[in-house]
Amino acid sequence: MRLKAGRRAREMATRWAMGLVTLAASWLVVWITLALALRAWPILSAQPLDELLLSNTWHPAQGMFGYFPFIMGTLWVTLLAMLIAIPVCLLVAIYLAEYAPARLYQPLKPLIDLAAGIPSVVYGVWGVLAVVPIVQWLAVSGPGHWWGDFFLFGASNPTGYSVLAGGVVLAIMVFPVIISVAEDVIRAVPQGLREASLALGATRWQTVKHVILRRAAPGVIAAIVLGFSRAFGETMAVLMVVGNVPQVPRSLFDPAYPLTALIANNYGEMMSIPLYDAALMGAALILLLVVLVFNVGARLVLQRLTCWE
Amino acid sequence: MNRRKLEERFFKTLMLLSLLVVMGCLIMIVGTVMWRALPALNLAMLTEIPKGGYYLGKEGGILNAIVGSLYLAGGGTLLATLLGLPIALYVHFCAARRYANLVRLAMDVLWGVPSIVYGAFGFTIMLWLGMRASLLGGIITLALLELPIVVRGMDESIALVPAALREASYALGATRLETAGRVVIRQALPGLLTAVLLAFGRGIGDAASVLFTAGYTDRLPDSLFSPAASLPLAVFFQLGTPFPAVQDRAYVAALVLTVIVLVVVLIARQLGKRLARFIVR
Repeated sequence: MRLKAGRRAREMATRWAMGLVTLAASWLVVWITLALALRAWPILSAQPLDELLLSNTWHPAQGMFGYFPFIMGTLWVTLLAMLIAIPVCLLVAIYLAEYAPARLYQPLKPLIDLAAGIPSVVYGVWGVLAVVPIVQWLAVSGPGHWWGDFFLFGASNPTGYSVLAGGVVLAIMVFPVIISVAEDVIRAVPQGLREASLALGATRWQTVKHVILRRAAPGVIAAIVLGFSRAFGETMAVLMVVGNVPQVPRSLFDPAYPLTALIANNYGEMMSIPLYDAALMGAALILLLVVLVFNVGARLVLQRLTCWE
Repeated sequence: MNRRKLEERFFKTLMLLSLLVVMGCLIMIVGTVMWRALPALNLAMLTEIPKGGYYLGKEGGILNAIVGSLYLAGGGTLLATLLGLPIALYVHFCAARRYANLVRLAMDVLWGVPSIVYGAFGFTIMLWLGMRASLLGGIITLALLELPIVVRGMDESIALVPAALREASYALGATRLETAGRVVIRQALPGLLTAVLLAFGRGIGDAASVLFTAGYTDRLPDSLFSPAASLPLAVFFQLGTPFPAVQDRAYVAALVLTVIVLVVVLIARQLGKRLARFIVR
């Protein structure tokens, strides 16, 4: 059947317009990367990359920009957060997917979704009010005495604003992300596998350990990676509790200065010192590139697992 | 009791403990904010702008931030919806499957981009356009931040519309876009609205992206080109002062923000259920 010319033209025009919006939006990641790279170019061309990434000195006024303390700050906080979050989240995800009775699951699931919506500043406020004082107590009066300078626990910083506080707050922030993705992945394991394992006389935990987790492993790793990249790029909650001292942390109680906090704290004066703005945009570029690599990997795995349509 | 049973028991206990930790933390977060904010909450706090500067002045409230945040997130969500709906429809009705999945991947990746990067990007764009920190800049940045949420949410709700409905519409001679606009959108409406509300919730709570682009001010925004305050930044800035009266404003701002986000998310969920009654199955 032929369409009337006007109707056909409208169909085609709308389709073109929509196609154009879609095309522009799907390249948005690339636009963002290019824009940041362009703005960061002055610093990238002024200093060799290894010096930029590995130098310890950050004196914008003297034109010295070394990202190393900030990169280490980000890594310390993020890795600590993941160390806390991974076991807790996996156990909860397994419980929700495999064990929880419906009357427990029904109210819990929406609660976790709600938690994912709580703004990061609110986590930050809670960190300042609750986590920082506890960390301070740990470092100063409490057990800080007897563990002294042991390995990662040197209590040199009596304020409580520290890697530990940042890691705890971040971990709690990524709980909902990891839990909900991991739970979906575990649920997607075919029922037949479960039944076969149980029929062979395995306990439920043995089924989880030997069958379900093995089958769901790529997806679970993807969930963890998503959580990691979320934590890696988180700004406000960390900024509020981590202390913001530009040094490489050496203990859990040391303050740190993550990349995100560096950008957020200094955007005000960045236009007044030459190369400063380029250096901050460079920091944003580093964040973006790391997150992109992790995200694309995780999403490709998840896309394959859940098999859209 | 043998070892397997012991192991089962052990891990089940561990799971319940973890669940308790997660739930405990979440309840504590909301509880702590309420405990600090409720004593400071009064009508003046919600209906007045800060007097004598938001950082130092002890009088007044956070109306500037409430209004600013609603403008920012409202405008951002509107823009994101206007851009996102065509994308979601295009993915379903016009694009080849490979391309559609590529767009989905791009949106998922965008979803993971940190908000501070959006802020830096928005700031860069504004520099090139010669704009200052303003309501409009904040709205555009938030729209970009919300876009992937809108698109993926809409995408998923459109995917739930039964194929038979589409086919019936095609069989009657409707074009693809006529089918999209008159049949599928109506069927997917609750899901579409849910996606929009969730995006609003994310947008209103985001601080790092508006930090560069919308600025902060004591006054209410009077045009798209004047700077606008926002609730997350009200929390962030005012918490850092040594004055308890100013810190109270931060706590109240945090409470207001939490309440708005939770209410919006709850409405989104209820709306999904309520409107689902009208759907043809």
